[in-house]
Amino acid sequence: MDATSTAVIITEELTRSFGAHIAVNNLTLRIEAGEVFGFLGHNGAGKTTTVRLLNGVLAPTSGSVRVFGLDPTTAGHRIRARTGVLTETPALDSRLTARATLLHFAEVYGVPARDRRRRVDELLATFELQKRADSKVGGFSKGMRQRLALARTLIHDPDIIFLDEPTSGLDPVAIRDVHQMIEWLTHRGRTVFLCTHNLAEAERLCDRVAVLAQGRVLAIGTTRELGSRLNRGHRISVEVDASDIARAVKLFAATPPVSLAEAVTDRAAVRNGSASIVLHGVSRPDIPQIIQTATEQGIKLYRVQPEEPSLEDVYFALQEL
Amino acid sequence: MNWGAVWAIARKDAMVALRTRAVVLPLIIVPLVLMVGVPVLVGLISGMATHIDAPSSDMTELTNALPPDFGEQYAGLTEVQAGYIYFILYLFAPMYLVLPLMASSVVAADSFAGEKERKTLEALVYTPTTDRELLLAKILGGWIPGSLVGLVGFIVYAIVADIMTLYVAGRIVLPNPLWLLLAFWVGPAAAALGLGVTVIASSRVNTFQEAYQIGSLIVLPIVLLVVGQAAGAFILSNWLVALMGLVLWIINAIIFAIATATFRRTALMARL
Repeated sequence: MDATSTAVIITEELTRSFGAHIAVNNLTLRIEAGEVFGFLGHNGAGKTTTVRLLNGVLAPTSGSVRVFGLDPTTAGHRIRARTGVLTETPALDSRLTARATLLHFAEVYGVPARDRRRRVDELLATFELQKRADSKVGGFSKGMRQRLALARTLIHDPDIIFLDEPTSGLDPVAIRDVHQMIEWLTHRGRTVFLCTHNLAEAERLCDRVAVLAQGRVLAIGTTRELGSRLNRGHRISVEVDASDIARAVKLFAATPPVSLAEAVTDRAAVRNGSASIVLHGVSRPDIPQIIQTATEQGIKLYRVQPEEPSLEDVYFALQEL
Repeated sequence: MNWGAVWAIARKDAMVALRTRAVVLPLIIVPLVLMVGVPVLVGLISGMATHIDAPSSDMTELTNALPPDFGEQYAGLTEVQAGYIYFILYLFAPMYLVLPLMASSVVAADSFAGEKERKTLEALVYTPTTDRELLLAKILGGWIPGSLVGLVGFIVYAIVADIMTLYVAGRIVLPNPLWLLLAFWVGPAAAALGLGVTVIASSRVNTFQEAYQIGSLIVLPIVLLVVGQAAGAFILSNWLVALMGLVLWIINAIIFAIATATFRRTALMARL
């Protein structure tokens, strides 16, 4: 890492095999400080293995890794002192209470003795666990366990936080809380490495994402950058009154530069007494013309929205390549 | 060396293990049977035998095996009384070593294998400890309770044995130098040996039971000691016990050196 670089994680052709199976294949990454980096892939894509390699708890088969400029294979303990890892399973001892768990890890992570109780109380409050602070973890719900595991991850105020499927199996309220926590971390300048297969989550939270399949990175970039790689024409979604649908499809199909107008099933629109049409071959600058044409022909327009490729579109397109 | 982290992990392991039924039950039952049940039972039988005219030839083999100064020290006692004291001081001595050995093995079996079983190992390996510190923490986490159980067992045994020798022979015999050496020198070494073997086994298997079964094999040399002494092949003396402790500590040092040279969390995680 050069002196001016702010990269906190750099990998070069990082590879890890288990026998004949290649879990991580020639991974080259560069993650900047303060970035929320999404690592997208289905189960078994190599996300967890990568987190282990970056923290020096698994040795690479080949390639190089630097985290904070340090080699995890020789200085793993120094790296782990500055990283926090939320593992895929909460990895909590059910025989300990929430408070005892956090106090134990505060001590292991070297939080000064005078600050430990205050830090633990803060985290218990942040994750709304105060009322169950002295209950054994064995009696906790899945959401509470995940919140406690997240609190443990942050006990030493790490610079990089690795979150391995942080919202897996959580209810919507708990998911919202975790998302808010990630946003709070990024506001505090922390680097977040988010492993997920939840594309909406990645799209909402991440500055950049890498799409992973069978250990290999298929693409890296912002959602917009990845979307531009899709050779798909621009589209506009139009919502019209249900009684106008046939006339509107015919009208828009004949309006240049629309190449195709197709009615689509949109249950929400149907419930509102309207219908949706997707117009292909048009983009944002064409919207005034679309509105003017529809209005002149007496078609009631309720909504006109340009459709950019979502991360989901990108993800599935990349997986199909 | 990050002693704060080492101590925190060791203390948590010891405390949590002592709250686990699979660990606590053998730690209560074995000392009760061994350190209370056996001396009381043999004492009651000996006490009754002192009131029976047992043929002296019955005890000849035993008196032949007594240490040279034993006769002087316990002059005036009947053969049954002397036999009971011999049992308490010498014959039972190797059996005592089962206690620290077993206690540390039980706690140590709960270390890596127990963590794997409870799926808590990942949180542990991500801590900012070196491999050496992690191994040392796990060893200390077993050694401290193992040694404590050994010392408590010795105190209980000394009290029970004195009550029984008072009942059988009108004498108090413990503590003596041989048993002090056993409790404070050989016992902790035996605890270290038991857990060294079990922690290594624990890092290579996936369940508490597997680790405990492998660790239990370490009891075999003690069986040889018991049989050897009962057969008259040797008698434990202060010097022999001191030497035994020294040998055990040297073996422990070798095992720990090999373990630290070979233990890698990366290997542990690769098997996960």
